[in-house]
Amino acid sequence: MPEQIGFFTDTSICIGCKACEVACKEWNQLPGDAPKFLDSFDNTGKLDAQNYRHVKFIDLVPESANIITGNGAAWLMMSDICKHCTNASCMEVCPTNAIIKTEYNTVYIQPEVCNGCRDCMSACPYGVIGFNEQAGVVSKCTFCYDRLQANMTPACAKACPTQSIQFGTLSDLHKKADARVAALQAQGYDKAQLYGRDDSVYGGLGAFFLLMDKPEVYGLPNAKNAGLPSRNNVKGYLGAFITAAVGVLAGLIAIRQNSDDSQRSA
Amino acid sequence: MAEHFVQPPNWAVWITLYFFLAGIAGGSYTLATMLRLWGSPRDEATARVAFMWAFPISVVCGILLTIDLGKPLRFWHMLINTTPGSFGLNFKAWSPISLGSWALLLFSLFAFVSFLEVMTKRGNDRNVSGGMIAWNVIGSIIALFLASYTGVVLSVSNQPVWSDSYAIGGLFVASALSASAAFLAFMSRFRSDDAIPTEGRLELADSYFVTLELIMIVAFFVTLSNAGELWRETATPWLIGWILILASFIPSLLTLASRGRMRYSASGGTLTASRALAGTGTGALIVIIGVLILRFVVIYSAQF
Repeated sequence: MPEQIGFFTDTSICIGCKACEVACKEWNQLPGDAPKFLDSFDNTGKLDAQNYRHVKFIDLVPESANIITGNGAAWLMMSDICKHCTNASCMEVCPTNAIIKTEYNTVYIQPEVCNGCRDCMSACPYGVIGFNEQAGVVSKCTFCYDRLQANMTPACAKACPTQSIQFGTLSDLHKKADARVAALQAQGYDKAQLYGRDDSVYGGLGAFFLLMDKPEVYGLPNAKNAGLPSRNNVKGYLGAFITAAVGVLAGLIAIRQNSDDSQRSA
Repeated sequence: MAEHFVQPPNWAVWITLYFFLAGIAGGSYTLATMLRLWGSPRDEATARVAFMWAFPISVVCGILLTIDLGKPLRFWHMLINTTPGSFGLNFKAWSPISLGSWALLLFSLFAFVSFLEVMTKRGNDRNVSGGMIAWNVIGSIIALFLASYTGVVLSVSNQPVWSDSYAIGGLFVASALSASAAFLAFMSRFRSDDAIPTEGRLELADSYFVTLELIMIVAFFVTLSNAGELWRETATPWLIGWILILASFIPSLLTLASRGRMRYSASGGTLTASRALAGTGTGALIVIIGVLILRFVVIYSAQF
């Protein structure tokens, strides 16, 4: 069993060049969606079946403010990707078992097993999985499974010019991330924090991040909101069972009461 | 407050119709069993109608589920694991969609046998074996599961609205029973004169089910409010849907009100209005359309 591998994405040094997006599309032969003209340098919009990597541009600069260099307002950039959760919501609900954990502990969708029911899309809390209309199945980042098998670095990490995306064993990446966040906090970046480094979100993430603000700012659920779909199983079934039982009882009363009325009127 | 960053699965018209018809099939089978167990011999005519409809509707349900798939020819992957080296049955007790696939298959089997039973029987003979009654009771348990699990599928997700309320399963089963009672009341009038007395029983049952549905709608709204997501349901297009849903309760609630008044007086305006609606079958149709709108609003409001 190979040692568990992962991505550490340090958003503090992402420059938004999108080399990761291009490399990912090139390697995975993804034609991409038609460009979108959005309110930033973002022209892909979101992760989906054509975008396994997506660089987010988060504009925190107020439109009306008198902005001068160095007053603290900034754009945040983040190369987003499937988080390869230890406890993966998509894998939990998948009825066909098309979503599996590989020998590298990454989350992988088997395209030849998936039947396109899309339940995983409703479960993934990060909005990672997209439906490929042409193929009729869902897809997402494979962690370059084919490259891993050939002992190659995933395409996005290989292409990243600033090493914002780092690939390696999770234990090594955790050490690097701990050192980096400590250095940033020592420099006064109080909001710098690691996301998915520990098990507070989905048991820990195979692709974890260094963020310069709260997770919600980046469109990531915080630990309080990071719930698995199965959290509603017991309550959902219990509510249905009680309602069904009351319904059957109501039906019994209606049928018997009306029978009695009919007999009385006769 | 809940925060969601999820993408919608784009479950649309086929899934809406499936959720609606699964409720009708399951609810009808359950009501038929209840009429057999607790009704008078004359109720057999309506039970027969219900068993005749439950199976074909369950077949339509299977077709709807299949055509919604991106790869319809792989519908059997729901039941059989095709992962290389892991062949066997796919059964995930913690995944409602997996359980529901098995429930639909099992229900179709129960409905098929009941369909054969009523088709091979002459007239509205009430003479039913103990074995068939047991078959109907077990089938009804699966039928109720079929009518409710669709709501649990929605709750067991990370979608806004759906995952913020655990009342959807209950809401769906209450509305399924209501729509089924209305459906049978409507259909039985074309079948046999014997069914006319049963129509009154079904209308009363429907008024109870609608009351239960109303309670579950309140529970649904309260859970959404607690999660800070009620605004999605009160946005313009969905608010109109909810108003229509509540309006669809009027015939059933009039029936309930008229029953109450009948105990104290011989006649009344409410009773007359209720009877007028029931007499044309319009009341039943309004209830059925209301339940279809309910499925539509719950499914679409979280996604679009």
